[in-house]
Amino acid sequence: MADLTTTLGPLTLPNPVLTASGCAAAGRELHQFFDVARLGAVVTKSIMTRPRSGRATPRMAETPSGMLNSIGLQGPGIDSFLEHDLAWLAEHGARTVVSIAGGHTDEYVELARRLRGHPAVSMIEVNISCPNVESRGQVFACDAIASSRVIGAVRRAADPGQPVFAKLSPDVTDITLIARACADAGADGLSLINTLLGMAIDTDTMRPVLGGVTGGLSGPAIRPVAVRCVWQVRQALPHLPILGMGGIRSGLDALQFILAGASAVSVGTAVFGDPLAPVRVLAELDAELDARGFGSLADAVGFAHRDVAALV
Amino acid sequence: MSNPVKETAEIFSVQKVGAYYQFTVVAPGIAAGFAPGHFVAVAVGGENTSMILRRAFALLGATPSGQFAGTIQFVVAEHGAGTRWITQRRAGDTLDIVGPLGTPFPLPSAPSPAVLVGGGYGTAPLLPLAAGLIEAGSAVEFLLGAATSSRLYGELAAKRLAGSVTVTTDDGSAGEKGLVTEALPAAIERIGAEVVYACGPMGMLRAVGDISRAHAIRAQVAVEESMACGIGVCMTCVLPVRGDDGRSRFVRSCVDGPVFDADRVRWADVGTLPPDLLGADAMGLH
Repeated sequence: MADLTTTLGPLTLPNPVLTASGCAAAGRELHQFFDVARLGAVVTKSIMTRPRSGRATPRMAETPSGMLNSIGLQGPGIDSFLEHDLAWLAEHGARTVVSIAGGHTDEYVELARRLRGHPAVSMIEVNISCPNVESRGQVFACDAIASSRVIGAVRRAADPGQPVFAKLSPDVTDITLIARACADAGADGLSLINTLLGMAIDTDTMRPVLGGVTGGLSGPAIRPVAVRCVWQVRQALPHLPILGMGGIRSGLDALQFILAGASAVSVGTAVFGDPLAPVRVLAELDAELDARGFGSLADAVGFAHRDVAALV
Repeated sequence: MSNPVKETAEIFSVQKVGAYYQFTVVAPGIAAGFAPGHFVAVAVGGENTSMILRRAFALLGATPSGQFAGTIQFVVAEHGAGTRWITQRRAGDTLDIVGPLGTPFPLPSAPSPAVLVGGGYGTAPLLPLAAGLIEAGSAVEFLLGAATSSRLYGELAAKRLAGSVTVTTDDGSAGEKGLVTEALPAAIERIGAEVVYACGPMGMLRAVGDISRAHAIRAQVAVEESMACGIGVCMTCVLPVRGDDGRSRFVRSCVDGPVFDADRVRWADVGTLPPDLLGADAMGLH
């Protein structure tokens, strides 16, 4: 039994396996299958200031080793979230990472303010893979200046005791540039990675499958992209904590992220196929660390980078 | 309501029925919580498959205990690679199944004559429902329809249960030629139905709702929406549904359904984003 305790900046978690935003709602449904307090933390679906309907169906298409989704951030809004979801998570002893999303910097700031002082909020994950209304819909996460503006504003508005992580998109030329911009703006760490933009066409109707036309690709298909992003950011910013995610289905998958430099991981799309995936991945990761002689998870974080200069 | 469980379930038997495959599997945890209208989600493709999502099937029935541990039954139609993988499994193989899922059919508080309308293998969840209704003293009449005779399901079982079964096919290869809903008004009047239950394609359910409303009776219909998780977390299987407060919302057909009061579903708006939907105004640019 390796010591699984991990840290994400100032936050200490008893173990490094979390859910992923949008893949666990607010924990309640998964609690039917396992006690959500067993996880490092529950990462909520992205919360916005107002209730949001999300997009028209079809919202989903299975793809090779993955899936496309175009949910469109359906959600109840922050008021209902605080009253029902966060209260439930607190009641059940679940450490909670609240994912926030918006179309304006002001919306992110309002959300960060509303979360201040909530003991159940362990951390804020800022979903910046949203179109920026003020910039003709260009996604925040694809622009270093827009990203740093949002992250800086959230960091200033948020409870000083709540770490702020920026969740980055892999759909950029150089993810380390965005990572550095977020770090300079005060991000306590980074969540890597969000979905990749993808698309599928129905060859019977000869139209796009998804109601939203394009959608986010997730699942094992994107894992190598995610591991690469974690690796590159770890090399560029070795002291910035990373929460890694993207196609983790097993303990060995999780271990790849840890070795690449993530201090914790989120299990996302795998939950759709196996509601017990997060706790299974945790047990498997524990066994794999033991099998490699790691006395603690911390010893394994970034381990694949040792002597790397000699490799390239 | 019982919690869903995940079970590694041994297949007890696989029977080909027309174009369909009827599975009986040993899944005592799922069988224990079964009520008509529940469904299961079955993993496909084996351990290292590239097909990462489960396939959902309405339960045909459950035997909580007996000669063997509890068993459940469901009917599979081949639609693609995932369902084909399932239909190639045989007795003795195992399936990874999550269930029971969804909100079952609501039952009348007193005996009420009911018409049950099944489209294709949509008849499956209506069979255990009929058994329950009959046991509670309700008169039951079945209408079964399909595109063609090989796509009909459950005619014999329905006859055994209810006696009175009307069959229609689009091509006239069995029963009356025409749509199953064309036979519905007469059936409602014949037994003085107070409720209609239905499961089948969306267009059929919508027509069932319209006809039931015209007769001032309720229709409880089970939808089959494409879904990724089946347990309420992914938000892919939503339908626009009117709530008790009069507001319409996108609701999950996996947990809030699959059974809906047909009058609450905005059938004409399925696949669109109606502007009056709660939160539609917040969609803005994105």
